[in-house]
Amino acid sequence: MTDLKFEDCLARLEQIVGRLESGNLPLEESLKIFEEGVGLARSCARYLEAAEKRIEVLAKDEGGGLAARPFSWEPDREQ
Amino acid sequence: MSADRAVLTVSELTARIREALEDRFPAVWVEGEISNYRVYGSGHAYFTLKDADAQLRVVLFRNRARRIKFEPGDGLHVMAFGSIEVYPQRGEYQMVIELLEPKGLGALQLAFEQLKARLQAEGLFDQARKRELPRFPRKIGVVTSTSGAAIRDVLRVIGRRFGELHIVIAPARVQGDGAAEEIAEGLRDLNALGDVDVIIVGRGGGSLEDLWAFNQEVVARAIVASKAPVVSAVGHEVDFTIADFVADLRAPTPSAAAELVVREKQAVVDTLGELRERLERAAARPLRDLERRVDELSLRLRRGMRGSLERARQQHRLAGRALAAASPRARLSRGRDRLERLDARLRDEIRHTLAGSRHRLGAAVGRLDSLSPLAVLGRGYSLTRTAAGAIVRNAHQVRVGDDVRVLLHEGSIDARVAATRERDDRPQV
Repeated sequence: MTDLKFEDCLARLEQIVGRLESGNLPLEESLKIFEEGVGLARSCARYLEAAEKRIEVLAKDEGGGLAARPFSWEPDREQ
Repeated sequence: MSADRAVLTVSELTARIREALEDRFPAVWVEGEISNYRVYGSGHAYFTLKDADAQLRVVLFRNRARRIKFEPGDGLHVMAFGSIEVYPQRGEYQMVIELLEPKGLGALQLAFEQLKARLQAEGLFDQARKRELPRFPRKIGVVTSTSGAAIRDVLRVIGRRFGELHIVIAPARVQGDGAAEEIAEGLRDLNALGDVDVIIVGRGGGSLEDLWAFNQEVVARAIVASKAPVVSAVGHEVDFTIADFVADLRAPTPSAAAELVVREKQAVVDTLGELRERLERAAARPLRDLERRVDELSLRLRRGMRGSLERARQQHRLAGRALAAASPRARLSRGRDRLERLDARLRDEIRHTLAGSRHRLGAAVGRLDSLSPLAVLGRGYSLTRTAAGAIVRNAHQVRVGDDVRVLLHEGSIDARVAATRERDDRPQV
């Protein structure tokens, strides 16, 4: 999923499942898109496993360039 | 330090201020905009009257409030008549209102209505302009204060639903001078990152003034210009801000915005799992369909073969039967059968007829017997005949000395008449 967003990946996967389910594809074609679907499902799952928590806050340097630095907060410190 | 300076206590000074103020302003008219209007359980209303540069604390007691003909509320421009009172315990002064009259729309309210009308005329509120939120955002931008409740609410909700996401905060003051510009800049900065999927912009609840930055044109324009879809989250359940009107989606609070933007991770995992299952099931289908077709064809083939064999066999059987029927032996045998059947019928017929005749004969003989005059002789009667053979019915048919023959049931007696009597002593019937 380097060039395909999770969103697009999932949308493509849904499309493939829909086409396969419609059941009027030639055998070779359905095998082809099935393989693509399996690949997409795998990369979606990999994405979900690899997703990591990151909370950042934007800051500007003197030249107006944007930099993101980690933002820490304590969820338990409720008022 | 000089010892001759006059030093007052706080109470003394406050007493003098009180005297000065209350004497100076026993009855005064003032105009301004209502803000932070709040009615307490007691029925007294406390609020602020303000204009661009100053604020005045105001109290409207219950007995006075009852006489007011309209609904006071935030943003309303009013003229108030009353007196100034000082509250020494807190070092505050306030105006005690006797009369309150509305004066057109409040300035803020008016500004709001004007901007709203202008942006609406530009088509910026059109439903068609609104973009769908990405279903699975990877990177979420948040424009708000890093010290407010809003950011904590957003982070808490996202952390609970799908912790492993990338959140970028563009810090901005959300009330006071310059807040609107900072919010607009935050929106631009997040868009400049280029990979933010959706932006939440907002703050926690507050008074109309507190929310004012979200009613300013610079914020509305920045929302409209955003490449990423924008969810407004200005914590106010009832009133809409201009930001709410131009945003792609309006959430009533920052927490609600976070819930709209981020799905439960488990739901995403489930969706993916379900798609995978459907994929495998659907992929197996063309093969299964082909298999089924092959099975069906071979079944029909076998059934077809069995059918033609069966038909041939049937024809053969019919032909054999026809052949047998055509043979002379069969015809002979059928003739013999028929002959035997006719013979039997004839015999039956004869037997039947004979039995009938025999029966009729028996019946006739029986009738004949009962009619015979001789039959009565059996019961003890006798029959007397003259010598000439005439049957004697009366005494005068014979004379004394005539020979007669008496016929009995069995045998007969020859007798001679000894006497005749015309009448005898039989009882007459």
